[in-house]
Amino acid sequence: MNAPRPKLEPLERHPLFVPYDVPLATAAEREVFAADVRDRPVPDVSHGPILYLEGVSVSFDGFRALNELSLYIDDGELRCIIGPNGAGKTTMMDVITGKTRPDVGQVFFGQTTNLLELREAEIAQLGIGRKFQKPTVFQGHSVFENLELAMKADKRARTSLFARLSGEQRDRIAEVLATVGLLGCEATLAGTLSHGQKQWLEIGMLLMQDPRLLLVDEPVAGMTEQETEQTAALLTSLAGRHSVVVVEHDMAFVRSIARKVTVLHEGHVLAEGDMDAIQADPKVIEVYLGEGA
Amino acid sequence: MRSLHTPRGWAVFAALAATLLAGVPLLNALPADSALHLPDYLIPLIGKFCCYALVALAMDLIWGYTGILSLGHGAFFALGGYAMGMHLMRAMAGEGVYRSELPDFMVFLNWKELPWFWHGFEHFGFALLMALLLPALLAFVFGWFAFRSRIKGVYFSIITQALTFALMLLFFRNETGFGGNNGLTDFKRLLGFALADPAVKLGLYLLSAATLLGVYLLARAIVRSKFGRVLTAIRDAESRTMFCGYEPLYYKLAVWTLSAVLCGLAGALYVPQVGIINPSEMAPTQSIEMAVWVAVGGRGTLIGAITGAAVVNGLKSWFTAAAPDLWLYALGGLFIGVTLFLPEGLTGLAARLRRRPAPLAEARP
Repeated sequence: MNAPRPKLEPLERHPLFVPYDVPLATAAEREVFAADVRDRPVPDVSHGPILYLEGVSVSFDGFRALNELSLYIDDGELRCIIGPNGAGKTTMMDVITGKTRPDVGQVFFGQTTNLLELREAEIAQLGIGRKFQKPTVFQGHSVFENLELAMKADKRARTSLFARLSGEQRDRIAEVLATVGLLGCEATLAGTLSHGQKQWLEIGMLLMQDPRLLLVDEPVAGMTEQETEQTAALLTSLAGRHSVVVVEHDMAFVRSIARKVTVLHEGHVLAEGDMDAIQADPKVIEVYLGEGA
Repeated sequence: MRSLHTPRGWAVFAALAATLLAGVPLLNALPADSALHLPDYLIPLIGKFCCYALVALAMDLIWGYTGILSLGHGAFFALGGYAMGMHLMRAMAGEGVYRSELPDFMVFLNWKELPWFWHGFEHFGFALLMALLLPALLAFVFGWFAFRSRIKGVYFSIITQALTFALMLLFFRNETGFGGNNGLTDFKRLLGFALADPAVKLGLYLLSAATLLGVYLLARAIVRSKFGRVLTAIRDAESRTMFCGYEPLYYKLAVWTLSAVLCGLAGALYVPQVGIINPSEMAPTQSIEMAVWVAVGGRGTLIGAITGAAVVNGLKSWFTAAAPDLWLYALGGLFIGVTLFLPEGLTGLAARLRRRPAPLAEARP
């Protein structure tokens, strides 16, 4: 169904978000919602890292996409991962989210949760959100519905038949709409959004899941300069509350957000450190930065 | 209830309900010499269309909303039909051509006793239950393996074609025990009512129409629920649905099984009105036609499915009377025309003609 493109309201016309005539959440609803978020198993981050990859190898038809990769992401950290094409960045994300099973190695979320034993949906429910390289949103749904579907909630088919939005949940959607700068677009069909807006919507969908760990694959590919800046600000503001892993090619962008950068090459970590140290590292210059310089 | 439809949507629904439930019996009751009189022989035909529309709704749920094209829904429809046909055969035990307790075809094959799987069908309730349960079971098992193996798109469609074709070959065999290629026919009465009686025919038609309307509301409630929005999400971006924490397998399996049950229900309503059920209902072309109904009417709108089933079958009835040889060409032409020029079907055309944005449909209050 290709509805004619609805007119987008300029965001600044919506300083206050009052899209729905909804009563405030009742105390009971607030309790249920809070309990829902509370009940999720919390990753044990007592040793610092929230994500452990140890000795992970993946081969496709003899090609070693990951080669004994070991990587640790600290709780609340914003980490950028760079590397030439074929370095294994996307495969690494596939392994963390359960899409690809490694041949050997271990992947743990916190100290205790072995991700290799879980299916994609279960990993998502633990609080690991993923943004794809190509913006992937539900084209046939409005922005509001996209966020609603992504929201952390009981995702079983049976309960979804009778699911109703509570006032608290609507507040949460409004909050995320504001965070990703899509206030006023909530009734817009997601398929008619601009490329940049789709990217933000997808990040918003990740936030709806209240993730502990966000995996973001090339968030600024195809964005205008201004959109790139806004995205950088958005991702930086998310670190601390969430752990964020960003895979990106755009060096200026990486420089603008990164505190710690990991360089992947041929399926393993080549170097790790702050941006200046990385750019001064002769190994990195040789395999990666050297190509462009 | 109000949230099921916009006021205009409710008006369309009320008009449809009034036409089907009041208009048709009223026109039928007019004196025979009146120009508007609806002759008795058309009543079962419209009843048949209602059953087809029911199938189209089932197709729309799985294809239009979930994006899974089934080309095997004829199998579920026929299974429901056979279950009802078996009851009708058992209900006339002793009144067949051979005056035997066994159905005529068994006497003809020189069988001495009823096969075990025919037992129980003398009870209407059991037969009705089977008409719903057998398609459900087949769909559940088939769907479980297909969806768990993540079979999608055209591969899934081809397997469903194979499914219905295999069932057709099975039912063609006399030894299978369902009357071979003649199927089951020559029914006399249902629950004591003579099927030849025009009043009974009208009653069966009204039952079909009421079922269609009821199932429409059910389907509408489903697609308006969060469950329904997840189905559409699976259609548009299955991987994203998964990474949002949904398990598409169960959603697909649920709607797929429901769709099969609705087809079984349609088949059970169809058989007493048409008076015959045979393996040709499982022919691959039959299932493809079901997809054409939905494509012509417009996918993902429910009302489009009903429209498409009515329009295509109306044309088919007219063509097969006026120019039987041309029907298949007309059907093919219609399908190509719709695919090329009306990708959103007749409902899409109607929306375009109204020159208004198509209801930003599922935008919320």
